[in-house]
Order: sequence, then structure tokens, then C-alpha cells
Amino acid sequence: MTLEVEDLRVHYRTVKGDVRALDGVSFSLADGEIVGLAGESGCGKTTLGKSLIRLDGRMRHVGGTAVLDGDELPIGDDRAMNAHRWKGVSIIPQYSMSAMNPTRKIGKMTAELLKSRGKSYRALKDELVRRLELVGLSEKVLDNYPIELSGGMKQRVVMVLSTLLDPSLLIADEVTSALDVTNQKAVAETLVKFRDMGFVKSMIVVTHDLSLVYQIADTIMVMYAGRIVEKAPAETIIKSPKHPYTKALIGALPEVGLEYGDERLKSIPGKPPHLLNPPTGCRFRDRCPLASEECAEEPPVVAVQDGHEVACWKAEV
Amino acid sequence: MLELKNVWKSYRVGALGSKRLVAVRDVSIDVAPGEVLSVVGESGSGKTTIGKMVLQLTSVTRGSITLDGVDVTAKGHAQRKEYYRNVQGVFQDPFSSYNPIFKADRVFETVRESYFPQVGRQEWREKLERVLQSVRLDPGSVLGKYPHQLSGGQLQRMLIARALLLDIKVLVADEIISMLDASTRIDVLNLLAELREQGLGVLFVTHDLSLANYISERVVIMRHGAVVEMGETGKVFSDPRHPYSRNLLASVPQLHRKWSDDPVEPEPLEPDGDREIDPPPLTKVGDGHWAATG
Amino acid sequence: MSAEVVMATEPLGRRNEHLYFALRNPKVAVGMSIVLLFLLVGLIGPFFMSDNPMEYVGPKSQAPNGEYWLGTTYFGQDVWVQFVHGLRSSYLVGALGGGIAFVIGLTVGFTAGYRGGLVDELLNMITNVVLVLPALAVLIVISSYLEVRGVVTQAIIIGAFSWPWVARAVRAQTFTLRNRDYVDLARLTGKRAPQIIVREIMPNMASYLLMSMILLFGGAILFAAMLDFIGLGPTNAVSLGTMMQQSMAWSSLHLGAWWWFVPPGLAITAIVGALYITNVGLDEVFNPKLREM
Repeated sequence: MTLEVEDLRVHYRTVKGDVRALDGVSFSLADGEIVGLAGESGCGKTTLGKSLIRLDGRMRHVGGTAVLDGDELPIGDDRAMNAHRWKGVSIIPQYSMSAMNPTRKIGKMTAELLKSRGKSYRALKDELVRRLELVGLSEKVLDNYPIELSGGMKQRVVMVLSTLLDPSLLIADEVTSALDVTNQKAVAETLVKFRDMGFVKSMIVVTHDLSLVYQIADTIMVMYAGRIVEKAPAETIIKSPKHPYTKALIGALPEVGLEYGDERLKSIPGKPPHLLNPPTGCRFRDRCPLASEECAEEPPVVAVQDGHEVACWKAEV
Repeated sequence: MLELKNVWKSYRVGALGSKRLVAVRDVSIDVAPGEVLSVVGESGSGKTTIGKMVLQLTSVTRGSITLDGVDVTAKGHAQRKEYYRNVQGVFQDPFSSYNPIFKADRVFETVRESYFPQVGRQEWREKLERVLQSVRLDPGSVLGKYPHQLSGGQLQRMLIARALLLDIKVLVADEIISMLDASTRIDVLNLLAELREQGLGVLFVTHDLSLANYISERVVIMRHGAVVEMGETGKVFSDPRHPYSRNLLASVPQLHRKWSDDPVEPEPLEPDGDREIDPPPLTKVGDGHWAATG
Repeated sequence: MSAEVVMATEPLGRRNEHLYFALRNPKVAVGMSIVLLFLLVGLIGPFFMSDNPMEYVGPKSQAPNGEYWLGTTYFGQDVWVQFVHGLRSSYLVGALGGGIAFVIGLTVGFTAGYRGGLVDELLNMITNVVLVLPALAVLIVISSYLEVRGVVTQAIIIGAFSWPWVARAVRAQTFTLRNRDYVDLARLTGKRAPQIIVREIMPNMASYLLMSMILLFGGAILFAAMLDFIGLGPTNAVSLGTMMQQSMAWSSLHLGAWWWFVPPGLAITAIVGALYITNVGLDEVFNPKLREM
């Protein structure tokens, strides 16, 4: 499967005007690739994930295209997207483990879900049980109510359900944020397992936790204020980042083994720009230690190396 | 300075309080002046309950908590109010800590009403500016604003400033940076370290081992309400003795190594059994290092 | 700031914005106008007329004419005078009865919600008992013991039976708000429980409390009218309900003396209806999602 996204623009309409959450995002995804979408709150990563499946009524698709396996996804049209959801593109939404109907047993909920899509629960039950066992859950889970399961278990149930119809593209939106450290590792490794076993062709993992996404992604895209600032293979982006924001972000992560006395971590002064009226030119300009006059104009995307793209005037320095 | 001795906490749940839930089991820890003690654990470990008990927001079922040798359990409202001059807290969600319909600096105003009623307007203003500067906030950009106009980092630092108004000895920091962005966390962490150097004792409750390592001299690891390992941070993290500590360390995602480089199966652990019985005792496994092994 | 934060926190902290929208909401504007109009008539009217609505002033059962704007009753009393005085009584009962219910409901609700535990269980039991008491039966019993019933007595009785639903709703909201960190922070500032309830929790429920007040006010007027209508009204005063009761008792329906029962009935309907419509409008004001953009 391949995904080509070209100049995607998505706005949120508010009383005060349009919040330009995504302002011209372009990238491509290869077959079997796991891409990590990293960034801080407000950078647009969740919007990007949700816009590819169009799951949020407040979004307005303002421009750009997304082409999945050669077919253009109707991401501007809620009704038309319905045909692609779950099979073409699937999502594990944020907070999904708290979103299960507490009055329905897991099995019943799955049956209702499948029925709404015209699929038979009976026909898929064996595959469902097989997959549940693969993630370490027994068949008995189908007879439980959500409240009887732990956070990690619920998250795994949701993961199995989201991938039951073998989607080409899976979007995992902050699937590990609400979990404990040991559960996080299990869930993250499960995502990789799904890809390795062919349940999912390619994946976009949206997260604010750079260290976590480094563990499982092939490629990492870093977003800032509605744009992609750097994209590179995971090793490269961590070992030799080129964009000042990426460097600063990595410099702000404490590692076990690093103490306050050794080397002070540095924060990034300032705040991201408000997306109601974003500034022209490079949006990181105000906080960038390398900013200069040319940054008042929007920086080009420079391919520093094969597969390593940076949106910065100073990329080649 | 702050000492917990054999502290237990159980809650009554269910209709008419018929069932009991044991949240904390036989915990004995202490915080010295000028020290950050991290209490690390996952959800359900009891770490937040410890913080709440130190802040007297919930009662201690068994055992004692003392500050400078004096039992902290307040016998009456006035005593508790005095206690809060010495011990204050900051919580996890900055936006929940502020009453959304009031301006953010109301948190300072309420402290003034309660503890400094006779201080004049000008003098108070100066005191406020001093304390805001000590948390590296510009008074002009944070005073007179509503909480939603400020960032999470600013709000948390204002809460620390509020605690500093009272000249406290111990600060209970319950997951104070977990809801902040990576780029602003550091400011708050570095601030805690500076305050520590000025003599403040901090009880730092967190689930994040890397933070605990960065900021604290000693660490306590909790599981299922009991302490499983504790000691000097360097020793505990370089040579973890309890299987749970080892699992935790192996699960933390790091930037300098991948899980796939060094795959380890999680070690088997005792499941959560009867919490009413005494937990396994801590034995000394090294200089300044204890673990509940064997 | 992220898009979510912008959208979620827009209306907070700006009371003036609520007032702005409230005055421009057609339901609120029309509703309050009707209520205020009747109130004015009831307040000011008696200064321009006789003090005694019961005196016999003219010919019996006269239809409305130039001298008697709403005609006369079976006994020759001025219906218009009765109407104006009746408005006063009804508003008084509404305010007093509603007010008593409000105070009791709030006290019980806040205490139960904030304290929890045994206190909550106890108050909950009391609330449920009062809720299921057959108010009418109890009132009949009480009223039959009292030979002289005034408007105030009636208001007290109504207040004593109308509070449970307010208590329940307040309790539920207090449970939620009590667990907010800012309540804990207030405790850490040495504030006592009543202070915290009044200054931290109550303002966050202000919109709900305002709407409850309006509903209780309307409900009390209605309840009083119902009591009056079955003959349990005040013995020494005229109210809209007693007018209707009297008119029914003296067969004005058969005699075609519509001017005796239509005005009070219409007035009650209009006032209570206007109050409920105001409430719907206020709901739109406080809940921006219901507002049409």
C-alpha cells in the first residue's frame, strides 16, 4: 500500500475565525512502513491523523489531497469516507479505552460493530479469538464488561478491533499516553507485531513521546505549528537531527543516567504561535537560536540526504 | 525532617462502607531538608495516596507522620492551618488546580486572606513580585490573566510560587509535570532543583523514572501499596535488586538504546494478593540501598 | 495554543458575555418581559385602587365595562381589584415558597455532596422520603388542622415539599466539583468547608442555580394555585387560585361569567409559561453549544 499526502490543509472553525491546524502538509508512506508523528500539543499531529479518516465533525478540509493505493481518499466528505473507514483506513482514537460502552460486553459490542458494517460476527469470531490470544488476551475477554478489564487490556482489545478487517493504513493516536510504563512497552510492541504479521500494511503512530516512537518507528516526522519540520529515518533523526526545533526537543528529554548536576537540560523558551493567525515565514522563527532575516520567508523543504527532509533555511549548514 | 513511620491507609468503599480497600501498606520513608525524594510507581501503587496523607487531605489509618519530630495529625482546624505554613502541594493538572471562573492570581489572594491579612497592598505586591521572579516568571505577563490565557508551565510555576509565599519546609509535587509539554517540563524541573539547593525538601511523586533520576538524590519504588526498593538514586538505577525495579527500568523507552537491541522478557512477579497482610520487609542490599527481596 | 484549548475555553470567565447573550436571547427577553409586566401590575396596581378586594362594590355578575374593567363577581366584588391583589399574593407565594425550597435544597445538597459518607447517606434518605411523600395528602391533613391559613403558611408548606429535586441535583454536581484540584488547593490554604462551598463550588454552578430558582418560583406559583383551587388556599387573602376556586364554586362556568375565571387562569398560565421559556432561553445562553452560531 502507498499513501501520498499533498499540501493538506485542515482548519477548525471557531467563533473567532479559522484555526489553521494543518497548513500545507505533504509526505508519503511506503508499504509496511511505520511512521512516527511526533510533536508537542497543538502542533497538528492529532489533526493530521484524524483528517485522514475524517472522524471529527469540527474539521474543515480546506485543501490538499490524500491518495491511498492510487485512489484519492474523499477526506472532505464525511459520508463518502464511510466506505473507506475500518477497511482502507482505520484509527485507534485517543482515549478509546475509556470510550467503550460500559453496559455492553466486549463480545456484544464487537458483534454490533461488525453488523453495522455488514459483516458477520460468527464468520469473524475465530479470527478475532486468534488475534486476541496473540496479544495475550483469552477468549473469556469477550464475556467481560469494560470495567472488568485493566487499562492495558482495554487498549489491546481496542487495537484488535481496529485492525480486525486488515486495514491498509492504521492511525494510532496517542495509544500509550494513558498507560503505565510496562503496559506502554507491551502495547507499542504489539503495534509492531501487527505490522509484522500483516494485519496492517502501514501505520502512522501519533505521539508526543519521542523516546517511545523511536523504539518502534521506521521513520519519524516532527511537526511544529501545523507543519512538518523534519522527516527522517528514526536513527537519523535522533542521532543527527538537522532542524533546530528537533534538536531542541531532543535536548529537553531527560534520560535515565542523566542527572541534574551533570548537564542541565534546556527548555525551549517561548510558546508556539497561535494558529488563528499564524505568522508568515518559518513558524519557529521566534524561538529559534539560528533565526535570521531569510527566515521571514517560508523555508523550502530540503532533502539533506536520501529520505531525510528538513524545512529550514539552515539545513545545509 | 518529614518522616513516615509504618504508615497504612485503607479506604471504606461500597454501600455503607462495607468493603475495605488497602492503598498503602507499612510505608516508612523520610525527606531531609534540601533533598528531593522521588516516590516512583505505576497507577495503583499508592504513591499519590502517600502525597495526600502528607498533605492531610486524607487521614492516616495506622502509623505516624511527623514533621521535625512532631506528629502532624492536626487536632482541629487551627492546627491544620498552621501545618500548611510548613507543607504545601502542587498537583498534576494545572488547569484543574485553578477555578476556571476566576483569574489565576486569585490563588495568591486566597493565601493572603488566610495567612497575611494584615499585610498592606504595596508590601504584598512586592512580596508577590519577588516570589514570581524566584520561579522565573515575569509578573507582568502572568498577573491579571485567566487560567486559559496562560500555559501549563506558567500555571504550575505559579502554584510553586504560591507555596513559596508561605516559606514552607516540604513541597509535595504530585506528577506536576506529566501534563506539560517536553519543552516546558525542564523549566519546572530545573526550578525544583534550584529550590532544593535553597533548603527546600521535596516529595516528588512520579511514574517517570528518567525524571526521578534527573532530579532526586534518593528514590523509593512502590508497588501494590508497599515499598519494594529504595535508596540512593544512582545505586538503585544502576543495580536494581527487585525484579519489579528491573522490569520498570527495562520498559522505559530511551533515546540511546532500542528495546530491540537488548530484548528482555519481563521477570515474573508476585500478583496483587491479600493487601491486609504485612508486605515483605526491606533488607539492606548495599550502602544506602534497600530492597524487599527474598 | 492547540485548537482544542481555544474552543473549549472560549466562554469561561466572562460574566458580561453571559449577560450580553441573555439580553439578546428572544426567549429570555420575551419571558422576562411578561413576568415583569405582571409583577409591576401586582406591585403598583394596589396603590391606585381600594385596599380591600373583598368589598362589595357593585351589581352582581356584571360583564366587563367602563367602570369595572373585568366585571364583577357573583357577590358584586370588583374582579379587576381582586386580580391585581391576587397577582401580589401569587408572586409572594412564589418567591417565598420557592425561596424556602431553594435554601433547604441547597443546604442539603451541598452538605451531602461535600461531606459524603454517613452524612450523605442520611441526608439522601431524608431527601428520598420527602420526595415520595404524597404531598397533597399531607397538606390536606395539615390544612385541616389549621383554621386560619395565611399566604406565608402556604408558602412554608410548599417550600417544605419542593426542595428534594434541587437537593439531588446540587448533590450530584457537588460530588463532581468537590474532586477538582482547586478544592484541594483551597483546603491547603486553610479554608473551611462552608467557605469552600460558597466561594469555590457554588460559583461554578451559578447558571444551574439561577435556573433552579426560576423553576422553583414558577413551580411554587403553580402549586399554590393548585392548593387554592381545591379549597386549601389562604383563608384571609385573595390569590389568583382562590379566584378560580371561587368562580368554580359559584358556577361561573354555567352562568357564563367568563371574566371571573379566565383572567386569573390566563395570568397563571402566562406567568409560569413565561418563566419556563425564560429558563429554556437561559439554558441556551449558558450552554454555547445550543446557541445557533
